[in-house]
Amino acid sequence: MASIVNQNAYSSALPNFRNLGILLRILLIVNVAAFAAAVVKSETLRGAWIQFVEISAVVEPLLILSLLALMLLNGVLSRMPYSLGVLAVTGLELGLTTVLYAAGRPLLAPESPLERYWVLVAIVTLVLCAYFDLRGRALSPALAEARLQALQARIRPHFLFNSLNAVLSLIRQDPKRAEVALEDMADLFRVLMADNRELTPLAREVELCRQYLNLEQLRLGERLRVEWHIDNMPGDALVPPLILQPLLENAVYHGIEPRIEPGSISINIYMAREQVHAVLRNPYQRQGNHHAGNKMALGNIRERLQLHFDAEASLTTTISDNAYQVHIAIPYVRQRNS
Amino acid sequence: MTERQQPLRVVIVDDEAPARNRMRDLLAECAQAVPLVIEGEAASGRAALDLLSSRRADVVLLDIRMPEMDGIELARHLQKLDRPPAVIFTTAYDAYAIRAFEVHAVDYLLKPIRAARLREALARVPSAPPPGAGALRELQTGARAFLSAHERGKIHLIPIEDVVYLKAELKYVTVYTAQHAYLIEEPLTALELEYAVPFVRVHRNCLVARKAVRGFERADGDGGEGHWVVLLEGCDEKIAVSRRQQHIVRELGRQ
Repeated sequence: MASIVNQNAYSSALPNFRNLGILLRILLIVNVAAFAAAVVKSETLRGAWIQFVEISAVVEPLLILSLLALMLLNGVLSRMPYSLGVLAVTGLELGLTTVLYAAGRPLLAPESPLERYWVLVAIVTLVLCAYFDLRGRALSPALAEARLQALQARIRPHFLFNSLNAVLSLIRQDPKRAEVALEDMADLFRVLMADNRELTPLAREVELCRQYLNLEQLRLGERLRVEWHIDNMPGDALVPPLILQPLLENAVYHGIEPRIEPGSISINIYMAREQVHAVLRNPYQRQGNHHAGNKMALGNIRERLQLHFDAEASLTTTISDNAYQVHIAIPYVRQRNS
Repeated sequence: MTERQQPLRVVIVDDEAPARNRMRDLLAECAQAVPLVIEGEAASGRAALDLLSSRRADVVLLDIRMPEMDGIELARHLQKLDRPPAVIFTTAYDAYAIRAFEVHAVDYLLKPIRAARLREALARVPSAPPPGAGALRELQTGARAFLSAHERGKIHLIPIEDVVYLKAELKYVTVYTAQHAYLIEEPLTALELEYAVPFVRVHRNCLVARKAVRGFERADGDGGEGHWVVLLEGCDEKIAVSRRQQHIVRELGRQ
């Protein structure tokens, strides 16, 4: 029981300093604070601007150095217990301040003593740590919620019942195929009902997509053609579970089922510049009577990408004359064997 | 009386082959209780209409979600047959349609279908009237992809994108495509409502396809006063724009 409770409780942790979103937030917050300080110190806005430039000369070098140091030490920091981690970060900042104070002294000839800078830096560092802790807490129930959303938007009842019907039709004539189909269905629903907060290897998600498409093939026969281009796929990349399957379900529902002629869905997964790209294409017909299901699934996936990767992941859709394309880019994260 | 009844003639319409196979198995099971013969199967609405123009059926088992023409639209076209068959809709999941079927007491079966349910529905066929045109019109959510005309015992389908204009004459509406003209028995007002987006009313008795409009011209009226006529793609006839609809000359002329 205790372990179940623990899973839902939030445990404080330092943010991932290699995440672009986190770095941008630190940059923004520190600069806004510097500007606020400038406004407080001067009486006119023009004066505030000059003041801000002066403050920046002191703040920016420290800021850039800090971010670099935090990025480098991210691995070490993330393994520390939270309180020790905060202490280490504060210590690091004070150390950097000391170094810069000594190095900048001949240039800037500061009037105030080093201790004053220490106090300022410590305050800003601790406030930032508190901010990231609060943000983590605010987002953590959202991650649990994401699992629920994953369930809600997934698998149209339409697909479930039609597939069951297709399997029933096979039981008498082709019991072997019926068995395989039911096994695929079991796997699919196991993932659908699992706790989907954790990332999963891309190879696993692709396997799930294959099982899903096999089931659709059963119903649609040669109307559904699938082209896989995954030779250069990094199978060990970690992705949110059910990130591709719902997109394929959309592709079948909106791209293949409304067509009388056969149509093909292409799946292209590759790696470029430390990013995993997945590009799905399906035929597209401009038809008025479609439901809002498509937007819902896209919104859901976009939200989960953001929860897991913040600003580093993206999802874009393009509609051309007769094709619909979804392009997902995710930072390449591998499973750590620790 | 039931003992000596002719076997029920059944047609299966479903775009998915496994679903048709399953239905055949189920019908074979029902055959002992309800004498029946399978007259044929079709994978699309168009194929079903072809089949039913040469063979008679007492009942059509009709899937709702199909490409090109959905089951409800097909049922509406089937109404134009001399002796329209009874219709039993089948669907895996369609919350909207099911609610509508309940309201209009239209028979339907949920997939996966149980043999017992199918047997009950088939047993009701001889006494149940085919669904009314009004009920079917209300079941339809979007506009039909085709208009249908009854010609020499056959149903002729006219894709709506081929239609240039529709003209009401007495109790009929004439459907003009670039090549042909067909008579259909539907009120123009209902058509105007159904095709409010692709068509526009230019006259009390005439709807024209927006995309066929080539331009407008001033024509001399009898009383010396001129009026506008609309020029249409693929059609030589110039159609008068009534005084009340003059505003569309400005609206469409600008595009």
